[in-house]
Amino acid sequence: MSATALAYFTEVPKPVKLLVSLFTIFLCLIAFFGTVKVSQATINGFVTGSYLGLGAMGLTLIMGVMKLVNLAYGDFLVAGAYFTLTFTALGTPLPLSVLLATLGTALLSILAEKLVWLPLRSAGASALQCFLSAIGLSFLIRFAIQFFGGSESRSFDIDVLSTMVLGPFRVGTQQALGFVMALTVFSMLAIGLWISGAMKTMRAVSDNRLLAEVCGIGVGHTIDLTSLLSGLLAGAAGIVYATAVGSFNPNFGLTLLLSLFAAATLGGIGNIYGAMLGGLVIGLSQEWSALLLGAKWKPLVALVFLVLMLLAVPRGIFARAQRRP
Amino acid sequence: MSVDFWINVGVIAGIYGILTLGLQLNTGFTGLLNFGQAGYMAIGAYGAGILVAEAGFSLWLAFSTSLVLSAAVAMVIGWSTSRLGPDQFAIVTIAFAEIVRHILQNTDFSGGNQGLIGFDVEWRSASEWITLLFSGIGLGEYKQIPLLLFVWITFVALTGLMKMLERTPWSRVLRGIRDDETAIAALGKNTLWFRMQSLAIGAALAVVAGFFIALDVTYLYPGIFDPTFTFFGFVILLIGGLGNYWGIMLGSVVFWTLMEGSRLIETSLSATEQASLRFLVVGFLLIVLSRVCPHGFLGNSRGRDHDH
Repeated sequence: MSATALAYFTEVPKPVKLLVSLFTIFLCLIAFFGTVKVSQATINGFVTGSYLGLGAMGLTLIMGVMKLVNLAYGDFLVAGAYFTLTFTALGTPLPLSVLLATLGTALLSILAEKLVWLPLRSAGASALQCFLSAIGLSFLIRFAIQFFGGSESRSFDIDVLSTMVLGPFRVGTQQALGFVMALTVFSMLAIGLWISGAMKTMRAVSDNRLLAEVCGIGVGHTIDLTSLLSGLLAGAAGIVYATAVGSFNPNFGLTLLLSLFAAATLGGIGNIYGAMLGGLVIGLSQEWSALLLGAKWKPLVALVFLVLMLLAVPRGIFARAQRRP
Repeated sequence: MSVDFWINVGVIAGIYGILTLGLQLNTGFTGLLNFGQAGYMAIGAYGAGILVAEAGFSLWLAFSTSLVLSAAVAMVIGWSTSRLGPDQFAIVTIAFAEIVRHILQNTDFSGGNQGLIGFDVEWRSASEWITLLFSGIGLGEYKQIPLLLFVWITFVALTGLMKMLERTPWSRVLRGIRDDETAIAALGKNTLWFRMQSLAIGAALAVVAGFFIALDVTYLYPGIFDPTFTFFGFVILLIGGLGNYWGIMLGSVVFWTLMEGSRLIETSLSATEQASLRFLVVGFLLIVLSRVCPHGFLGNSRGRDHDH
């Protein structure tokens, strides 16, 4: 009896197990801390998850299609936030600044592809070369920002203190704004990918580059599209982070990057919807953990998640079935 | 004033040279992308600091204990990551170093962001005694000379030791793992065990560096063990050359002379702007060096080129 139950359990797909355990944790937390506190933490978790998810989508695209561990990716998020500051300082209204900053980050991403990654790829560079170039690029972006923008904390020109009261819950206006922005970007991207069919070509290149090339898929175009999209996503994620968290400095890239790795790994590298869900799981875990351990351990949760994920299920929970090459 | 400044540059160059010896063994000889050196350095420095300041150990005993501790952690990391590819291994090592730093930042036993003091009484009395000897030849006013000597004697000795290790069959196995792990496994070598040994020795070297950092800055805070400092080690490695232990000495001196020496240039820029500019140069250097000479300036590309 118990043996069949165990056999049945091992056959349950990983996403279902994840959902069940999340729900169980949710119920346990409610039993301990009460509905209001846990729901509040859950709302915060969704806000955190929204920017982690957006960022992880871009990162997973780069890692899947370009086979590149881009340690500079976190700094593209920072660039998005500081581009927005620059445009607002020039007198552009905030919504337009956000749009321009996202495009600016995409442009930066394409520049990085053309000036750094393309030459390395065509020279058949080793993993070490790619890592060191990524670290170099990360320094260039972070300290260019610090050179022009200073190292002190900055924030967007949004009313920081205002909150919306929804029954027993309070949501900061900035957090709500960030969440709505993330949702908009996500839906636009999903619709765009669905209509254009770009998802299919990216998946093809990600699975087997040579075969994709033989089948007449423009690999070069697909890689250009990937760096464009990942730049857009990084910019958007950085802006949502800056909006939701409130104050930021040029150093938030590296810490956030490791959370993004965690989300992308959880979702299965190359799977962008998996990355979004991974971001939500990490966001919820961080905010729920704050109930148990206090807010100061939040960054550690994502790091521990990342290490455990890589050690236990390196291919992620939402990984597509691997085909033999 | 200026002499003190350059003595300190020498101290830092020596310390980071020792740190980079570990990176050379891991990355240059074994092909393991270890980006967690700052974490091992932190375990070493804080381990020694806490054992002396709070458990009353003597400095030597505390140092040996944290050396063993850090090497054991490296072994566990090496063992648990055996199934991972090089990219994933690198990510785990960065995450490990950040986990160590976050723990040190937020716990009471480490003093949190306030830092840890009071572990270097024994060293300071020894240092004063050496300074007294030097005052006989007119060098008594430079308080950092004992540390400079201590660091560089250790650095040279350790470099010599690593050089001797390089000639052993053991090191040949490591290089074999770097070039073709499957082939070495096919020869019946337990490659996992060799990788773990390489990481443990790398971590031990990081502990020595961390220990000297603790003596140099006289108080410990988590910020000294930022991943950035591991990245500095890789710049030194690239300048010194992969597979070349003596090159590290030159690499470290060149790197820190440029980094610190540029502080002396008078400009109209603010301190933050000048610091940013230094890092911009480091970033540029990393991109160009890794592109143009992937084995470094003084790199040893023998035995590698055949597989292309």
